[in-house]
Amino acid sequence: MYDFAYHKPATVADAVKLLADPDAKAISGGHTLLPALKHRLNKPSALVDLSGIAELKGIRRAGNAIVIGALTRHVEVATSAEVKAAIPALAYLASHIGDVQVRNRGTLGGSVSNNDPAADYPAAVLGLGATIHTSSRKIAADDFFLGMFTTALEPNEILTAIEFPIVDKAGYAKMKNPASRYVMAGVFVSKSGGNVRVAVNGAGPCVFRQAEMEKALAANWSPEAVAGIKQAAGDLNTDIHGSAEYRAHLVTVMAKRAVAAAG
Amino acid sequence: MNVVAPFEGIGASVRRKEDFRFIQGRGAYTDDFNRQGQLHAWIVRSPHAHARIKGVDTSAAAKMPGVVAVFTGADMAKDNLGGLPCGWQIHNKDGSPMAEPPHPVLAVDKVRHVGDPVAVAIAATREQARDAAEAIAVDYEVLPAAATMADALKPGAPVIHDGVANNLCYDWHIGDKAVLDQAFAGAAKVVSLDLVNNRLIPNAMEPRAALGEFDRTTGDYTLTTTSQNPHVIRLLMGANVLHIPESKLRVVAPDVGGGFGSKIYHYAEEAIVTWSAGKLARPVKWTADRSESFMSDAHGRDHVSKAELALDANGKFLGLRVHTYANMGAYLSTFAPCVPTYLYATLLAGVYTTPVIYCEVKAVFTNTVPVDAYRGAGRPEATFLLERLMDVAAKETGIDRVDLRRRNFIPTDAFPYQTPVALQYDSGNYHATLDQALQSADWAGFEARRAEAAKRGKLRGIGCSTYLEACGIAPSAVVGSLGARAGLYEVGTIRVHPTGSVTVLTGSHSHGQGHETTFAQLVADRLGVPVAQVDVVHGDTAKVPFGMGTYGSRSLAVGGSAMVKAMDKIIAKGKRIAAHLMEASVDDIEFDRGTFRVAGTDRTKALVDISVAAYVPHNYPIDELEPGLEETAFYDPKNFTYPGGCHIAEVEIDPETGQVSVANFTAVDDVGRVINPMIVEGQVQGGVAQGIGQALLEACVYDADGQLLSGSMMDYTMPRADDLPPVSVATHTTLCTHNPLGVKGCGEVGAIGSPPAVINAVVDALRDFNVRSLDMPATPAKIWQIINGGRRMAAE
Ligand SMILES: Cc1cc2nc3c(=O)[nH]c(=O)nc-3n(C[C@H](O)[C@H](O)[C@H](O)COP(=O)(O)OP(=O)(O)OC[C@H]3O[C@@H](n4cnc5c(N)ncnc54)[C@H](O)[C@@H]3O)c2cc1C
Repeated sequence: MYDFAYHKPATVADAVKLLADPDAKAISGGHTLLPALKHRLNKPSALVDLSGIAELKGIRRAGNAIVIGALTRHVEVATSAEVKAAIPALAYLASHIGDVQVRNRGTLGGSVSNNDPAADYPAAVLGLGATIHTSSRKIAADDFFLGMFTTALEPNEILTAIEFPIVDKAGYAKMKNPASRYVMAGVFVSKSGGNVRVAVNGAGPCVFRQAEMEKALAANWSPEAVAGIKQAAGDLNTDIHGSAEYRAHLVTVMAKRAVAAAG
Repeated sequence: MNVVAPFEGIGASVRRKEDFRFIQGRGAYTDDFNRQGQLHAWIVRSPHAHARIKGVDTSAAAKMPGVVAVFTGADMAKDNLGGLPCGWQIHNKDGSPMAEPPHPVLAVDKVRHVGDPVAVAIAATREQARDAAEAIAVDYEVLPAAATMADALKPGAPVIHDGVANNLCYDWHIGDKAVLDQAFAGAAKVVSLDLVNNRLIPNAMEPRAALGEFDRTTGDYTLTTTSQNPHVIRLLMGANVLHIPESKLRVVAPDVGGGFGSKIYHYAEEAIVTWSAGKLARPVKWTADRSESFMSDAHGRDHVSKAELALDANGKFLGLRVHTYANMGAYLSTFAPCVPTYLYATLLAGVYTTPVIYCEVKAVFTNTVPVDAYRGAGRPEATFLLERLMDVAAKETGIDRVDLRRRNFIPTDAFPYQTPVALQYDSGNYHATLDQALQSADWAGFEARRAEAAKRGKLRGIGCSTYLEACGIAPSAVVGSLGARAGLYEVGTIRVHPTGSVTVLTGSHSHGQGHETTFAQLVADRLGVPVAQVDVVHGDTAKVPFGMGTYGSRSLAVGGSAMVKAMDKIIAKGKRIAAHLMEASVDDIEFDRGTFRVAGTDRTKALVDISVAAYVPHNYPIDELEPGLEETAFYDPKNFTYPGGCHIAEVEIDPETGQVSVANFTAVDDVGRVINPMIVEGQVQGGVAQGIGQALLEACVYDADGQLLSGSMMDYTMPRADDLPPVSVATHTTLCTHNPLGVKGCGEVGAIGSPPAVINAVVDALRDFNVRSLDMPATPAKIWQIINGGRRMAAE
């Protein structure tokens, strides 16, 4: 990697100040950023290590929601009694990210701000209709994920926590990319009263909602309701692991399985 | 001295001695060595598959912090260095030699694959060297690339090497075409199959590394390197590239973290660090990062073949015709030319009595990383072709696939058996390994398991392969006549120390195989010295007299046999010393596991009595015998060895996703005498893991411009633990008849027998979809396409 300055602020306010340098970068678990630095794909002037900021940590219940601090590691979400009781599908999702090492280092904030199209968390954030808390505002999930590796975050804006509403039912199913084990196609479904959300990750350049499936599930919450719905392949990814057509097919399969898992 | 505990000898599952250091993190790998004043090298590699080098500007790089030197191909040329040599010469059908274009250490006029080394920056730290390497400006004129064999053979294809017409390295054949054609003319049935044997990227856990040193006092060079065969590297690099005599060049291959073939070859980086250490009179180290490994370690396999099998009305094979294109990559790696010829076409009889075989092999240059031997080397390609063909032939003749194989097995009483493709098998029992595997896998009960799986919505299939391979390479005179530029004997020294402990020096090299244990067991078994008192030294040309190294499952069959010869010399000398000490005739001395005895008496001497006498020769037949107790032997094998057996895979397919999972795997192998059953089981397990990797997961993919798309672990699917089923490993032994241990070799059988078993099982699972040919790897996307296509056809 190239040389960089290193800062470890203790407050969000200090971190934001340090990130005023447009070439500085925040680092949380480092499981995405460090490999990129090692490959010299990134040349930040400074790394602003968020791991010393206490206010970014922790999982708490707030009314009808679970609020998870940005620095919370995947393993903590996966094993949290609170999350397991309130939104088991979210704990399940976290417990299936990467491998043990990844879950021990990677953070919710890092994953969601990075918005890798093949990452797991964005499906839960969009599929649950979560609210993203940042150093300066709150952003609805529907307004947050803008495109491949692109979010509504400003360069010096820090994701501080995510507020996940507690829903009646939620489920997640994914097909892994055989090589990277990231998501090849995944579907997160949730139902809260008459409100149904279906978020698709892995298959396209950015996580997205599947309106047709949402409608079908609102009318009939069952795997059969989505079994006949075909995802259009047009905008989906094609690579050496699978065609857009294959991914489109997987979206339907994973949607069925996610609904079945949600019960 | 105590008689050795018998459980340490041949047949005992002694725990691996070397694992104590490995599992405690005390292994010493090349990158672990750091010398005073050491510099670091970073190689500038071509980002293009094919380009002309119009200029290399190193001026900015040379001025960067910490930089000590920057060298280009032109600098090397000024020193009159040779290119990287090829160790095997194949001749074309017309008798002319193969095309053997130069392989410069650093590219001079052209680059020919992504990753081709162009220049080297040498600096105080690795990061500084990398910074400098980025500052080297190479002016490329990008040329059209031939990324596939089809592209390279097309009329008007880019010329990769001047003077190599049609990018053809050689056009070789074996067998009698006219006789074969007659056999086909009389056939009741001809079955043909097109096959691709997928290109693989080896990915040993330890990336390649090299550390060059130069001693200004003595003028001696030392290269520490990740090699399977340090003496071979000394020979190739010293004689061909750097022109350093053996006496001035030491090559050390310390602990090596896996090779699988990819660390046999002499690579550019070894020559670069050794040469620059001399120029700079400072140690120079290079360690590959994983991305470099993907684009610079020799790849494996990569065949495109057409196979045709002629059968009579009873399903007996009348003849086999094979046409194969073999990808050599951009340059000839050390042993590349022999892999698709003498390690492939000569295996096409397999375990069958096919009377006539003709095989033509065209080796092709492409703008890709060089291809060379990878675990199994040629035999997996032959086995995949034959065993897929068996299943297709069974289907098309209506004969049961197990029965078809049996009808054509070489009978158990037919050994030695001469095949029509040069090899003479010494021993084997193919019915026995098949029977044992069918039993162990409960082949007969499969349909019930299939029905049960169907209830769960899964497609279940079973497949077998009955395979044979040739290893324990090899008789020097034979391989010499086939084009090898080296002998393939092995060397062993047994040094019995004065107090009775033993040092073994072997020319074999262990990079995971467990030689330090298995070889110690040979000593325990023959000399009666406890395993704990036997040290096996390998991998250092300054310690070991000579050696050809480890590949082709040769270590035990050839290296172990050399040790046996040396031990027999020790015993013979020991008997003479014992006779002297016990005042008996030499002819009356018996030796058994550490004890010399006057026959028929209770008068004995332990080995340690003999070794003390040998090194403190006060009471000693000094007029007849030299003091000391150390013997060296060279062993040149009389034949290849022929392990074989039966592998059975059972798979389940999720028809919705196309995901294949291997439910269980059964291997019954005949590897000759088993020295350490636990190590054999481990070797087979590892080989099967690689075979399943090839069958289901691993695909090296280049795009049309010659860019490596599967250039990292993000896109190249290495098998992980959870991709693998429980593997049941058993052995059925027939002894090798021509080496003193009766051993055949077990290092590659797993990777050779397993891929067709897995693919046959996948095809069986897809019974209802009429699959005829299925190329590896059987990825979910590919399987889904078959299922989806099949469903569509059914619907139309
Ligand atoms: C081998 C491996 C396998 C993996 N498999 C998976 C998988 O299957 N599924 C999956 O979803 N992920 C996977 N990951 C990614 C892993 O989950 C990452 O750790 C995660 O995506 C990023 O979290 P991080 O804390 O490591 O972020 P970092 O690497 O520290 O940062 C990532 C990016 O986010 C920015 N950033 C970090 N924190 C904040 C913040 N609070 N506010 C604003 N910006 C911030 C950084 O500047 C950087 O650009 C894998 C990673 C590895 C190494």
